[in-house]
Amino acid sequence: MKMTKFFAWFAIAVGVTYFFVPLAGTFEFSLRMRRGEYSLDAYGSVFSDVQFQQTFGFSMLMALFTIVFGMLLVVPTAYWVRLRLPQMRPFVEFVTLMPLVIPAIVIVFGYLRLYNSASYIPFTGSLLGTNILLVMSYITLSLPYMYRSVDTAMRTIDVRTLTEAAEILGAKWPTIMFRCIFPNVMSGVLSGAFITFAIVIGEFTMAALLNRPAFGPYLQLVGANKAYEPSALAIIAFAITWLSMGLIQLVSRFGKLTQSRP
Amino acid sequence: MPFLALSNIKKSFGQTQVVHDFNMSIEKGEFISFLGPSGCGKTTILRMIAGFEQPSGGTIHIADKDQTRLKPNQRNIGMVFQAYALFPNMTVFDNVAFGLKVAGQPKAEIEKRVNEMLKLIHLEHLADRYPYQMSGGQQQRVALARALAPKPQVLLLDEPLSALDAKIRVSLREEIRMIQRQLGITTVFVTHDQEEALSISDRIVVMNAGRADQIGTPSDIYNRPATRFVASFVGTLNIIKATVVDPSASTVTVGGQTLTLRESIADKTGGEKISLALRPEAGSIAEGAKGDTAVTGKVVSANFLGSVVRTRIDVGGNVISFDMFNSPDLVMPTPDEVVTLRFSAGDLLVIRD
Repeated sequence: MKMTKFFAWFAIAVGVTYFFVPLAGTFEFSLRMRRGEYSLDAYGSVFSDVQFQQTFGFSMLMALFTIVFGMLLVVPTAYWVRLRLPQMRPFVEFVTLMPLVIPAIVIVFGYLRLYNSASYIPFTGSLLGTNILLVMSYITLSLPYMYRSVDTAMRTIDVRTLTEAAEILGAKWPTIMFRCIFPNVMSGVLSGAFITFAIVIGEFTMAALLNRPAFGPYLQLVGANKAYEPSALAIIAFAITWLSMGLIQLVSRFGKLTQSRP
Repeated sequence: MPFLALSNIKKSFGQTQVVHDFNMSIEKGEFISFLGPSGCGKTTILRMIAGFEQPSGGTIHIADKDQTRLKPNQRNIGMVFQAYALFPNMTVFDNVAFGLKVAGQPKAEIEKRVNEMLKLIHLEHLADRYPYQMSGGQQQRVALARALAPKPQVLLLDEPLSALDAKIRVSLREEIRMIQRQLGITTVFVTHDQEEALSISDRIVVMNAGRADQIGTPSDIYNRPATRFVASFVGTLNIIKATVVDPSASTVTVGGQTLTLRESIADKTGGEKISLALRPEAGSIAEGAKGDTAVTGKVVSANFLGSVVRTRIDVGGNVISFDMFNSPDLVMPTPDEVVTLRFSAGDLLVIRD
């Protein structure tokens, strides 16, 4: 029994060391910009860089659109599958898992072949079109996480009975969707939103190959040309991801508190 | 013209027909219970009245208007679900107000009606609570208020008491009946609990395999079951094997003892085997017990059940159970004791399948 406990703690210690040592090293290195003493100069340099502000702002905007349009696609789909097409569930799950097995580079090359300026739907022929394509590609990438978080939230409520209760009280589909179902899967929607945000902020392939000024390509650019700033950016990116994860935990806990079942 | 008329209703799911040619007329203000085991089609009929299922055949009329093809949100029906189905994101007030808001009623009227409903269910003080902050009984009362708030023409109750504990179940069913009488609303109640159905209904529909085996008052259903299924499903019943002696004189033998029935068996023939039903509470072996008929048998067992003592006696191979009220003076029968069970000939029913 004692040996098992020892090995459990040993495994945890190895895991924590493996994860935190490089992170601590990166953080320590990011503070060394000023010769001979620790400082936040690298962070100052990053935050004052106009390109950082522009690319970060652009990625934030793309993340926002991805979340809004992604949820408008995912929530009604998950709802409809649960309510009327439960037999389609394995198929929908399979489709939503596809972005995990198809590399992003394959997807983006597919997009470029399908939607180039010489095609019938020339998304890449204009800036707006390319941005729309980028949002669509981000929605595709975040689909596995968005669908699962919303579907899990729907499992905690009795979707069918709530729908029937609203329907018999005279409600039509938009009312049922936005007043009875959406607010009750909000924890899942928010979890999905934060994961999507973290994915979009760090995404490189799609933005680079569609030639859009996003945060991912900026990270790569800075990494190739500067010494201390890439470490500071890595720490910033980690902080954003952790903040998102923390918020997911918070909303999940809130969701659990408000469930009502017999 | 009945208020709610179900005519030749049929329902099939794929190859399986779950409701067969169901007909029923319900008067305004009546409280009807659908009673039956799981899978007998009672909930399917309720869901067809609500509009959640489309009948495969037949029509549903409410107040002379054909509702068969209307959507649930066009029928003005209130429904209470077994799982409460309160909206978790809304307070009690907002839950009750939901139907009124959807109907686009003015704010002042909504407030007035919601307060009226909360008063009816004695939960005015919990208007700001969320469903997860309330007990099951309270949630179901809110669900009832929510269903009644838009003044529906029919109230449907889909096993609303099943998820509650025994004590709450009894008090809530009495409350439901009181409110139903007060508002005079036509109500259809689905349950598999015979005590619930017997205690609150004007009429009961006993369902068996998609058909109504019997439709009648609680007293009819209990005292004069029309089929073997109704007899065995409602209450506890002794099924006694008998042989017809003289059909014209209504005489039969049970374990070699001759009995005269009050019910006519002129359609039977001499020597034919028939089944008779006798309720356990109909007979007694106590001294001075009333009844114009008697059988003698040997005690198999006597079990003390609190308010009653249930005794089983063997009458020529037929084991008959009967109940006696418990009292401090009661002498418990002992096994192998020979006793005489007295009852009225009118309590002995001929089971016709």
